[in-house]
Amino acid sequence: MKNSRVFVAAALLIASGLGIFFYKIFSLGFPVTPDTTANIWNVEASVSFSTQGKSAKVSSFIPKSTSRFSILDESFISRGFGLSTVTRDSNRAAEWSIRRVSGKQTLFYHAVVRELERSNSTVTTKPPLVEDPQFEGAELEAAKTILSESKAQSADVLSQVREVLQRVQAKDRDDATSLLLGPKPSELDKLSLASKVLALDRIVLRIVHGIQLIDNRRNVPLIRWLEVHTGGTWVSLDSFGNPSKDLELTLPWWRGTEAIGYISGGSRLGIQIAVSRHEESAVTAILDSGQSSKPFLLEFSLFSLPLQTQGVFRIMLLVPLGGFLIVLLRNVVGLPTFGTFMPVLVALSFRETDILMGCIFFSLVVAIGLVVRFWLEKLKLLLVPRLAAVLTFVVLLLAIVAIAAHKFGVEHGLSIALFPMVILTMTIERMSIVWDELGASDALKQGFGSLFAAVLATFVFTYEPVEHLIFVFPELLLIVAALCLLLGRYSGYRLTELRRFRAFAEKP
Amino acid sequence: MRFAWPWELAAKGVVGINQRNADFVLPFNDRERYPLVDDKLRTKTLALEHGIAAPELYALIESNHQVSSLRSRIGDIQSFVIKPAGGSGGQGILVFTAATKDRFRTIHGPMLPLEQLEHHVLNILTGMFSLGGQPDKAIIEYRVESDPVFEPVSYRGVPDVRIILFLGVPIMAMLRLPTSTSEGKANLHQGAIGAGVSMRDGKTTTAVSGGVIVSEHPDTGHSIIGLQIPHWERLLDIAVQCSDLAQLGYIGVDLVIDKDKGPLLLEMNARPGLAIQLANRSGLESRIRKVQSFRKDLSDRDSRVAFAIASF
Repeated sequence: MKNSRVFVAAALLIASGLGIFFYKIFSLGFPVTPDTTANIWNVEASVSFSTQGKSAKVSSFIPKSTSRFSILDESFISRGFGLSTVTRDSNRAAEWSIRRVSGKQTLFYHAVVRELERSNSTVTTKPPLVEDPQFEGAELEAAKTILSESKAQSADVLSQVREVLQRVQAKDRDDATSLLLGPKPSELDKLSLASKVLALDRIVLRIVHGIQLIDNRRNVPLIRWLEVHTGGTWVSLDSFGNPSKDLELTLPWWRGTEAIGYISGGSRLGIQIAVSRHEESAVTAILDSGQSSKPFLLEFSLFSLPLQTQGVFRIMLLVPLGGFLIVLLRNVVGLPTFGTFMPVLVALSFRETDILMGCIFFSLVVAIGLVVRFWLEKLKLLLVPRLAAVLTFVVLLLAIVAIAAHKFGVEHGLSIALFPMVILTMTIERMSIVWDELGASDALKQGFGSLFAAVLATFVFTYEPVEHLIFVFPELLLIVAALCLLLGRYSGYRLTELRRFRAFAEKP
Repeated sequence: MRFAWPWELAAKGVVGINQRNADFVLPFNDRERYPLVDDKLRTKTLALEHGIAAPELYALIESNHQVSSLRSRIGDIQSFVIKPAGGSGGQGILVFTAATKDRFRTIHGPMLPLEQLEHHVLNILTGMFSLGGQPDKAIIEYRVESDPVFEPVSYRGVPDVRIILFLGVPIMAMLRLPTSTSEGKANLHQGAIGAGVSMRDGKTTTAVSGGVIVSEHPDTGHSIIGLQIPHWERLLDIAVQCSDLAQLGYIGVDLVIDKDKGPLLLEMNARPGLAIQLANRSGLESRIRKVQSFRKDLSDRDSRVAFAIASF
């Protein structure tokens, strides 16, 4: 019948998929498994701003090589802009300028950073120059008070630093600190004051801004810590003066109290940083070699895309796998789910929140949503307005859960915003109709079926070798498509039917 | 035994959902014929045009502004049914047995105020019960009163006869009996009982409820086995006629037997469920194969009815 055509199409897809796959492995030497041994990272900063048709000048700090990190390669994408890198107060900055420009602009800075092996013997460095804090009059007296009081209560430089920091961080400040800090000091004001006060005693405390090198992060947040020079080395401290240990894989970006960048002749400056592990260093080496005679396949590599876009595709290419999983679960197992691909979308958000938190959030939002839906049922609203009302409540619920999670210090709550809220609303609506028409057990069965499918899909999405394989070898998706075609003609029993038709197994 | 092995099911010729869709629905049912059976209004009109009896249409509500005239459209009809034209699986159907000026008695007993009826009709119109949430029409039609034969074996609702036809030949039938769990609805998924029917004489053979074999009605305690369905040959003939009108190779036809009007067409289904196999304790596959091998000899209606009676 038609089956033969399906087999031919599937065979063609599998052959071409495997063909490209093996060609890339054996002929071009692409790595099959991710190389996680090398601590090499891609760091990309995108600098965006608006201009009004005049000349504009933008400056942004950029990282520099240190004893712990070495910058292997860096590049700037800034069409039409003049570019110079300058050193300011031991920081590096990129400065872009242009005569006439209007509209929204985006410039890119891209660096490949390697974390160096830590040598056991600590390198001693020369004490840096102490800047004059330039206190005058009453301020100088207040600063001296803080300094002498903290000095009296401490034994060494580190405890003195901690003492000063705890004074500026304290909720109810004494007279001297409130005079120096003013009414509403920011975190940065406080740290900067501590640094200036300590400078009077020739102690160098500097504020460091940096990013954590976490794989596949877009919008990496800037974190801030302190460094104090004592005994010939720099010691890292948190903003309360306690030694900070979790600064592994933290790349310093710049030091001091300035903002990361500034603009003149424009507005709405935004700098976003993205990080990804440079695990495909082998792939990059292949791509870079023999520029003149690049095979066609390499020209069309996903690695030629900007880092941010690569991040998007890393996730997007996994979606077909989720779709295939749903085919298996529905047509071979017979698992009931709400909506065909709802579990895949939920799984994509679980990827950001982690599974346990995701399941709790999902159940919570659906459960409360159902309560709201049953209450709305009593008001006898029409379908579409009712859906819109449930959607509104779902969004508010997500906001409340995110705020609550943040208050309890669970940062996962913030990524709940990626929850597919329209899908959740439709789930709630369908679940409540099933609940009314077929009873609670059917509704819960389908609800847990969906959750189970989502959890399974999340396992697939977060399994690193799979992500690597699909991203480096997107042609494998042709095989996924072939398997979908084949399953499209699967006419055998579903697993759940073996139970449904169990009466046929009983002896009459 | 908690489950059946695949080969046990295969040996009995049980058809699963995948096989139904891949081997029968997709190849034998033309998608352009679906609207005819998915829209109960079109089914009804088509049937009436060809002399097949169906519950009388009292009123049709197609747009929101017509809802305000709902009461006047019902007029002095006491007993009627409101259903979505595009509904599936018995969803969204309300049955009324008596009416006052602004209150209506449902078959379960409670009275519903007029506003609630209007709200229900609005819900139907917005597509709450239709496939894919498409805007829908609300049908107000004659309430079928069950033939007294079925009184001991049904709870409140009206039992119906589901006949599955392949290439216009009836291959399997079942009697669906409402229970208190199904709230008077004759839908197996909602808890109704399905009783297998012998094609030869129209007598019930075995029955199933929620995947378990039963022999008595849970509410009335009356035996379901060996019950004679009246007008059996006439029912088969109507089913064959319906299948020809719909021009679908694999189809389920739902008929009811009214105590005054006799057999009436309720609806048709292009993807009929598979529980009918459990009710008959028999697989569909061998019957389908048999029809396929004899299809050349089965051109006219009478021969197909006769073939069904003789073969299954």
